[in-house]
Amino acid sequence: MSFPLLTATAALPALGAVATAAVPASRRSAAKWLALLVSLATLALAVVVLVRFDPDGARYQLTESHAWIKNFGVRYELGVDGIGVALLALTALLIPFVVLAGWNDADPLETGSRRWRPTQGFFALILAVEAMVIISFEATDVFLFYIFFEAMLIPMYFLIGGFGDRAHEHGEEAAATQRSYAAVKFLLYNLVGGLIMLAAVIGLYAVAGNFSLTEIAAARANGSLHMATSTERWLFLGFFFAFAVKAPLWPLHTWLPNAMQESTAPVAVLITAVVDKVGTFAMLRFCLQLFPEASRWATPVILVLALISIVYGALLAVGQRDIKRLVAYASISHFGFIILGIFAMTSQGQSGATLYMVNHGLSTAALMLVAGFLITRRGSRLIADYGGVQKVAPVLAGTFLIGGLATLSLPGLAPFVSEFLVLVGTFARYPVIGIIATFGIVLAALYTLVLYQRTMTGPVKPAVASMPDLKARELLVVGPLIVLLILLGVYPKPVTDIVNPAVKQTMSDVHRTDPKPAVEASK
Amino acid sequence: MSATAVHNLWTTAADPIAKIPAPKIEYGQLAPVLIVAGAALVGVLVEAFVPRRSRYYTQVFVSVVALCAAFASVVALAADGYGTTKAHIAAMGAVAVDGPALFLQGTILLAALVGLFTFAERRLDPEAHGSRVDSFAAQAASVPGSDSEKAAVKAGFTTTEVFPLLLFAVAGMLVFPAADDLLTLFIALEVLSLPLYLLCALARRKRLMSQEAAVKYFLLGAFASAFTLFGIALLYGYAGSMSYARIAQVVDGTATGLDPALADTTGNDALLLIGMALIVMGLLFKVGAVPFHMWTPDVYQGAPTPVTGFMAAATKVAAFGALLRLLYVVLPGLRWDWRPVMWGVAIVTMLGGAIVAITQTDIKRLLAYSSVAHAGFILAGVIATNRDGVSSVLFYLAGYSFVTIGAFAVVTLVRDAGGEATHLSKWAGLGRRSPLVAAVFAVFLLAFAGIPLTSGFSGKFAVFSAAANGGAAPLVVIGVISSAIAAFFYIRVIVLMFFSEPRPDGPTVAVPSPLTMTAIAVGVAVTVVLGVAPQYFLDLANQASVFVR
Repeated sequence: MSFPLLTATAALPALGAVATAAVPASRRSAAKWLALLVSLATLALAVVVLVRFDPDGARYQLTESHAWIKNFGVRYELGVDGIGVALLALTALLIPFVVLAGWNDADPLETGSRRWRPTQGFFALILAVEAMVIISFEATDVFLFYIFFEAMLIPMYFLIGGFGDRAHEHGEEAAATQRSYAAVKFLLYNLVGGLIMLAAVIGLYAVAGNFSLTEIAAARANGSLHMATSTERWLFLGFFFAFAVKAPLWPLHTWLPNAMQESTAPVAVLITAVVDKVGTFAMLRFCLQLFPEASRWATPVILVLALISIVYGALLAVGQRDIKRLVAYASISHFGFIILGIFAMTSQGQSGATLYMVNHGLSTAALMLVAGFLITRRGSRLIADYGGVQKVAPVLAGTFLIGGLATLSLPGLAPFVSEFLVLVGTFARYPVIGIIATFGIVLAALYTLVLYQRTMTGPVKPAVASMPDLKARELLVVGPLIVLLILLGVYPKPVTDIVNPAVKQTMSDVHRTDPKPAVEASK
Repeated sequence: MSATAVHNLWTTAADPIAKIPAPKIEYGQLAPVLIVAGAALVGVLVEAFVPRRSRYYTQVFVSVVALCAAFASVVALAADGYGTTKAHIAAMGAVAVDGPALFLQGTILLAALVGLFTFAERRLDPEAHGSRVDSFAAQAASVPGSDSEKAAVKAGFTTTEVFPLLLFAVAGMLVFPAADDLLTLFIALEVLSLPLYLLCALARRKRLMSQEAAVKYFLLGAFASAFTLFGIALLYGYAGSMSYARIAQVVDGTATGLDPALADTTGNDALLLIGMALIVMGLLFKVGAVPFHMWTPDVYQGAPTPVTGFMAAATKVAAFGALLRLLYVVLPGLRWDWRPVMWGVAIVTMLGGAIVAITQTDIKRLLAYSSVAHAGFILAGVIATNRDGVSSVLFYLAGYSFVTIGAFAVVTLVRDAGGEATHLSKWAGLGRRSPLVAAVFAVFLLAFAGIPLTSGFSGKFAVFSAAANGGAAPLVVIGVISSAIAAFFYIRVIVLMFFSEPRPDGPTVAVPSPLTMTAIAVGVAVTVVLGVAPQYFLDLANQASVFVR
C-alpha cells in the first residue's frame, strides 16, 4: 500500500491542532511557532500532492479507500481532481500567512486563570479548520464530505466568537456582545443549511444505497440508477441550499458581513478565502455531478441570484463605512461571479470560476490582512478615522493599493484573468446576463478606489500621524501574496492546465457542450 | 351396606385433585434481573443490620458488584447466542430473552453503573458538621425546615437507602423491555416507577421543590399506570390472553383454540384499538412524548440531579424498549392504524420539545425539554417499522443515555452558596473560569445538537435514514427542522459559557471525586467513539434487532 498522501495532508494539521492546544500556558510563543511549522509542513505536503498530480491522468488521483461505517455504506474515500488539487494548494498556502498575520492577535491582555490559554486555542482552532477544509476538498464520499462540512463550523464558530479586534468604538463589552451575535448568526445560518443538506443526504442514501460520489455518478450516467425528476430536484435543492449559504449567495449572505466585521483579520481571511470556497467547490463537485438534470433545471434561477449577488454586493460595498464590512460585501460580489461561472455551464466559465476561487483567495487575503494591520495600528475599523496614511506609512499604503487593485481585477493581476474568463464564458451562452455582470467590475473600481482615496490619500489625520509602517513579519505576509498575484496575473497557465481537464469532465457530467461561437472564426 | 355406600350417604366424590405444574424458570437466563433484584434486597438488609458509619461503603460496594455481575451475565448470555440463534421466551412466556432485550439490558446496566457513580459522589456538597454528604436528604422522613431535619443534618446522616432504591428501579427497567406478556409489563412498570418516585423526593437542598416534583411525578405516573392497566384489561377482553404472541395471532386472525367463554368480545376491534391506545399512552408517558410530557420539566428540575440523569437515561431506554416490543411484536398487523397516530405524536414531540426549550432559563429544565425533543427523534425511528428502525433506535438509546448522564453530572459540579447553580445566567463565562468543564459540557451539547463526529450525529443519522427507508420522508424533514431549532438553544448555552463575561458573583466549579469524573469521562468517551467509529456498535445493534415472538 502506498503512502496515504491525502490523509497526511489533513492529518498533519489535525495532529498539529491537538499538539498546539496542549502547549502549556506559559509557553505561548512555542504554540505560535509550532502552528507555523505545522502549517508550513502541510504546505510542503500539498506541494508534493501538486507535483504527483497528473492533470491528464485519471479523474480522481491519489485515491484512498477504506471501509468506515459499513451499515450506512459509508467509506473513507479520498481523491483529488484538478479542481480539488488547486483549492487544496490554495488552502495550504494561505494558512501560514493567516498564522503569521495573527501572530499577536490572541495574546491575552491580562493573565487570567492558569488554565485559560487563548493563544494556544486560537492557533489550534485555525489548524483544525485547515484540516477539515482540506479533507472536504478531498472527500469523494458524500457522507464523509458532509461530516467535515458540518464539523468545521464548530472551530470556526469559536474563532469568530472568541477572538476579535482589541479596539471597538463602543468598548469591550459591546464588542463581546456583537462578536457572539456574529458567531451565533454564522453558526445558525450554516447549521440550518447543513441540516437541510442532511435531509437530502439521507434522501440520496435512500435512493442510491451508498454514498460514493464516483459510484453514484457512474450509475447515474449509465442509467442504472434512476431518479424520479421531482426526487432529483428536491435532493439538488437540499444540497444547493447548504452550499449557497456557505458560499454565500444572495439572499443567504447576511451572516458574512457580521462574521467578517467582528472577527480578526486573519480569521476573516479564513472565512472568506478558505472556508467559503468549500461551498462553491461543492457546487461543482456534488451538485453538478450527482444531479445533472436538476442542475440544468435550476440554472436560470441560480444565474439570476448570482447576478443579484454581484450587483447588490458591489453596491453595498460602495456604501460601507467599515473597512472589513466593505471587504465582506466585495466578497459577496465576487462569490456571485464564481457561481455565475459555475452555472453558465461553459468550459471557460467553469475554468474561470475555479481560477477565480484561487485568485479571490489570494487577493482577499492580501487586502484583508493589510487592512488588518492598518486597523490594529489605529484601533478603528471606520474608514472616516483614516486619512493620509500613504504619507506616514508608504509601504503599508502601497501593499493596500495592490490588494485593492487585485480586488477590482486590474489587468496584469491574477483576478483579472479569472473574471475575464467567467464573463466570456457567461456571455457565450447568456449574453444579457454577461453584460449586466460586467457592471460589477465598474462598481468594484468605485468601492476600491474610494476606499483607498479616503484612507490613504489627503491630509494626514492627527490620529494616524505616528503610525508605524509595516514590520518585517507583516512584510513577510504580504510580500509573497503580492508576488503570487502578479505571477498568476501574467502567467496563469500552470493553474489552468491543472483545472481544465477536470472542468471538461464536469461539463460532460451535465451533458453540456460549449455553444458554437456566433461568428465563425475566419479560416 | 358396604362402608363405601355408607360413606356415600353423606359425601360425594370430588374431581381428583389436579396437579399444578411447577413453573419452569430458566434461572440462568434471568440472571441479570435476579442478581440486581437480589442485591437490592441485600441492600435493604444492609440498612437494617450494618452500623451507620459503614453503610455507605457497603451499599456502594454491593451495588457496584451487582451491576457489574448483571452486566457480565448479559454479556455471557449474548455470547452464548441468546441474542440471536437461541433467542426464546423464558419463564413460562413472561420474559423474552432476545437481541433487543439483551442489548437494552446491557445499556441500562451500564447507564445505571455510571449513574451510580454520580449517586455516590460525596465531595461536592460542603461537609456538614464534619461528615461528608451526598446530594440526598439527611433524613427523608423529617419535614423540611423542622428540628428533626436539623438534628439529622447535625448528626451527619445520609440516605443510603438510595442505593437499594436504585437497584429496584434497575430491576424493573431490566424486565420492562423484555416483558413478553402484558401483566409482566405492568409489574415491571410499577417496579421501576415506585423507587423513582421516591428517589425524586430525596434532594438535600430545595427539598420542598424536590418533594413537589415527586408528588407530581407520582400522581401523573399513577394516572398513566391506571390507563395502562385499563388498556391491558381491554386487550385481554379482545384476545383472551395476556401473551404478546397470542394477541398478535388474534390480530392476524390466525389464532386457534380461543376461549369460548370470551367469544362475545374476542376479536372486537373497538376493544383492540382502545386498549392499544391506552397502553401506548402509558408508555409514551414514560418516554416523555408530547402530549404526555408535562411532568418532565418539573420532575427533572426538582429531582436530585444524579437521579435526574439516571432517570432521563435509563427510563427512556427501558420505556422505548417496551414500546418497540409492543408495536413490533404485538401490533404489526395493525400498522396502518397506529402509524398515523404515532406520526402525529412524533411530529408534535420533536417540534414541541425543541420550541419550548428555547424559552427555558434553567439548565435542568432546558435539558428536560431537550429530552422531549430527543424522544421525538427516537419515535421517528420507531415509526420506521423495519429492521433498521429497531437497530437505529437501539443505537440511539445507547449513545443518548451516556451523553445525558454525563451532562447532568456536569450540572452537579457548577455550584454556588445555594447548591447547584442551575439558572442559566449563572453559567455566563464558565469557559473563562474552568475551560475544561465548559469544554466537556460543550461536547455534550454538541452531541445533543447532533453535530457530526459525536454520537448524537450517528444516532440521528441512523434513525432518520431508517425512517426515510420506511417511507416517512416528511418526518425526516420535520426532524431536521426541529434539530435546527434545537441547535439554537444548545448553541446559546455555549455562547453563554464561552463568550459572555463571567459574573463576579458567579458559581464555582467544585472538584469532584474520581466517581463523578469517571461518569463524565465515560460520557465523553462514548460520545466520541460512537461518533467517530460507530461501526462495531452499529453491527451489535443490527445483530440485536430481531425480536423473538
